[in-house]
Amino acid sequence: MSPTFILTKILRMALTLLAVVTFTFIALRLSYDPAQAMLGPDATQREMEQFRAKWHLDKSLIQQYVIYVRNLATGDFGISFRDGRPALDVIFERVPHTLQLGFVAYVFAILIGVPAGILAALKRGSLFDRLIMVFSVVGFALPNFFFGILMILVFSMMLQWLPSAGSSSWQHFIMPAAALSLTLAGILARFTRSSMLETLSKQYMRTAEAKGVSKMRRTVAHALPNAAIPVVTILGLMLGQLVAGTVVVETVFAWPGVGRLLISSVSGKDLAVVQALVLFIAFAMVLANFIVDMSYRLLDPRSRSKS
Amino acid sequence: MSDALLTYDNLSVRLPERMDREYAIKDLSLSLNANEILCVVGESGSGKSLTALSTMGLLDRNALTPSGRIDFMGRNLLEIDEQERRALVGAKLSMIFQEPMASLNPFYRVGDQVAETFSVHTDLPKAEIREKVLALFDEVLLPNPERIYRSYPHELSGGQCQRVMIASALALDPAVLIADEPTTALDVTTQAQILKLMLALRENHNTGIMFITHDFGVVAEIADRVAVMQHGNLVEIGTAAEVLRNPQHPYTQRLLSAVPILEPRAARTDLGEQILKASGIRKTYNYKGARGSTVSLKAVDDVSITLRRGETLGLVGESGSGKSTLSQSIIRMVEPDAGEIVIDGIPLHTLRTRALRRARRHMQIIFQDPNTALDPRQKVGDAIAEGPIVHGVSKTEALKRAETLLESVGLDASASQRFPHQFSGGQRQRICIARALALEPALLIADESVSALDVSVQRQILDLLHEIQGRLNFGLLFVTHDLRVASRICDRIAVMQKGKLVEVGEPIDLFQSPREEYTRQLLSAVPGTAIGQLAMP
Repeated sequence: MSPTFILTKILRMALTLLAVVTFTFIALRLSYDPAQAMLGPDATQREMEQFRAKWHLDKSLIQQYVIYVRNLATGDFGISFRDGRPALDVIFERVPHTLQLGFVAYVFAILIGVPAGILAALKRGSLFDRLIMVFSVVGFALPNFFFGILMILVFSMMLQWLPSAGSSSWQHFIMPAAALSLTLAGILARFTRSSMLETLSKQYMRTAEAKGVSKMRRTVAHALPNAAIPVVTILGLMLGQLVAGTVVVETVFAWPGVGRLLISSVSGKDLAVVQALVLFIAFAMVLANFIVDMSYRLLDPRSRSKS
Repeated sequence: MSDALLTYDNLSVRLPERMDREYAIKDLSLSLNANEILCVVGESGSGKSLTALSTMGLLDRNALTPSGRIDFMGRNLLEIDEQERRALVGAKLSMIFQEPMASLNPFYRVGDQVAETFSVHTDLPKAEIREKVLALFDEVLLPNPERIYRSYPHELSGGQCQRVMIASALALDPAVLIADEPTTALDVTTQAQILKLMLALRENHNTGIMFITHDFGVVAEIADRVAVMQHGNLVEIGTAAEVLRNPQHPYTQRLLSAVPILEPRAARTDLGEQILKASGIRKTYNYKGARGSTVSLKAVDDVSITLRRGETLGLVGESGSGKSTLSQSIIRMVEPDAGEIVIDGIPLHTLRTRALRRARRHMQIIFQDPNTALDPRQKVGDAIAEGPIVHGVSKTEALKRAETLLESVGLDASASQRFPHQFSGGQRQRICIARALALEPALLIADESVSALDVSVQRQILDLLHEIQGRLNFGLLFVTHDLRVASRICDRIAVMQKGKLVEVGEPIDLFQSPREEYTRQLLSAVPGTAIGQLAMP
């Protein structure tokens, strides 16, 4: 990997983020008046003007944009209208919760989804294959709030084994992580299976067989690396989404993560926090994309010499 | 025979039910001797490839079950268990395939892939294996073995990949090598080199080679004996001289007479006005080379050609010569960097999007692979009528014309109601021709349009093109790598090499007294130039 390659990638990431900053700024400023939203319909004209002056809302949109971008550059993401703390602090106290939950769900999804997909492909058309595919469809067709509520009903209400809300102990992880990873594992299993099937039908697999290579080695050394490439794309996208938090699962289990913050900030019209959140999520997605690109380079020799 | 290495005894492969016939291979009995090249010849569906796959144990056992015997080194290959098979296959019995590039794993360096054959079958230390691989690369005449060892498949040419495959197949000095159409995807000059290599192998290693091919030209070059297969049956077997000179079975006779041979002719004289004038066409591709450097490839480098109504201009050259890029640049399917193009009086190079789209009815193209050139979900009639409808013909009128066209390319009018998958490859190419002709173009481009077809079908399609050209009087730009085909139907032939036009001339002049060294090389690489004489009593 040449330095110029990485540099252009990073430059492109920066440009994407700038576009996101600009777009969210315009969209949010045009959609409502923050002073009105924060102070409520009973606020006096004087109070509104004071509020606007304090947050630079009395300046022209261009000036506001310049101030905003300049502040971003110095690490100032604005102050939460609601509790007066820096928006970034508000977000960062939620991030660890989301990351912990996301990481657990991600690992489970990979541990279940990828092997299930590989085995289903190797035993194509068998009962096992069909079972895996049924579970996979159930996994991503069933909305995960439904599965979440079902689990709460069974394990919290009826059996009283697991806590239904909060994040204070390891038992709290089990149900939200299961709800999240079921969906992800379903998608992963399906993707891995089709990618694996495609690879198994390739001519070079027949060459390996004609060389007298054992089935185990054909699968592990010849098929898996080639089948991994599309799966890595999906894994990267999932990673980005997990950092963004999952609004539904966090809400169902009262998980104090980024997803719930997004909901409460939007409904509370906390402009600075929403802006910072959108940026943070965009950054996570762009970073995940960058990681996918980099792992392509490592995985696929062909991508190393093509432009 | 006492020195038979590999013997087939009543080999049959049953097809799954509801196929058009019961057996893919029926009662095949055959033997391959040491130090012999046995060519198995047949068209698609003859069962020749399945014979090879049965031998190697590569059949899809769920769908196909072989019966009978295949004896090799005292064992029946159809009855040995997986472990025993793995010990033989790749070591004593090896195989190379049609598409060399696809046969190598894109993930690994080719040297390591050849080394794998050693590491699977022997306990040799790594360093020793490496030495052996390099020696093999040397033997199959790969330039700079050290560099090739470190290369990935995509960094090599098709010919180089096939040499790597051969090296891998030869690694453990096999008694039998099965080669399934190993040169079909390669250029003539590369093909000639690979064939030479096969002959050297038989000499130096005493290997028995079963060479599967559809090309009698190749057979004439290398075969000691020939087996002809049709619909899963062995119809004729004998020495190369016997079969080529005095074929007994009618199918063999028909195949041999369909083999394109060099029969250069003079240009026709009754040609119409000029309908294509392309001058100074250039197209350069830039791509990233090693360490971020930019490499420029001049795919088409200042080429000018003309074509008249009723004339056929052959564009020949090896892969990478720029013939496809040129033909696509002429109709601006690929945007040329420079050049002037006038088609049917229209200055094509000046046109913008909409005008260009309207001008498209003056030029049409037929591609190489009829299986992917048709939309699988579009009825044949709709596919043919789509062009005229786009250019303003009413739907009923266009569909009626589609039926007439189908009849004129030798299909039934009712074909318009069916889907592409209901037709054979040759029929699909007829449909593609009908589709191209629906707009009554002045210029028709056929880009390797018969290369993917069996010889007998190939001949029919060539005759069809020739006959329709006589009626509709279009200019035909015929792109091909096969000089034999070009010699049959072209009025003039343009030879391309590395993006440049090397030589243009009437076949009769070009083939009998080529002016350029490159043309001479191409001509001498044409396989089976001897068939013409052999066939004469």
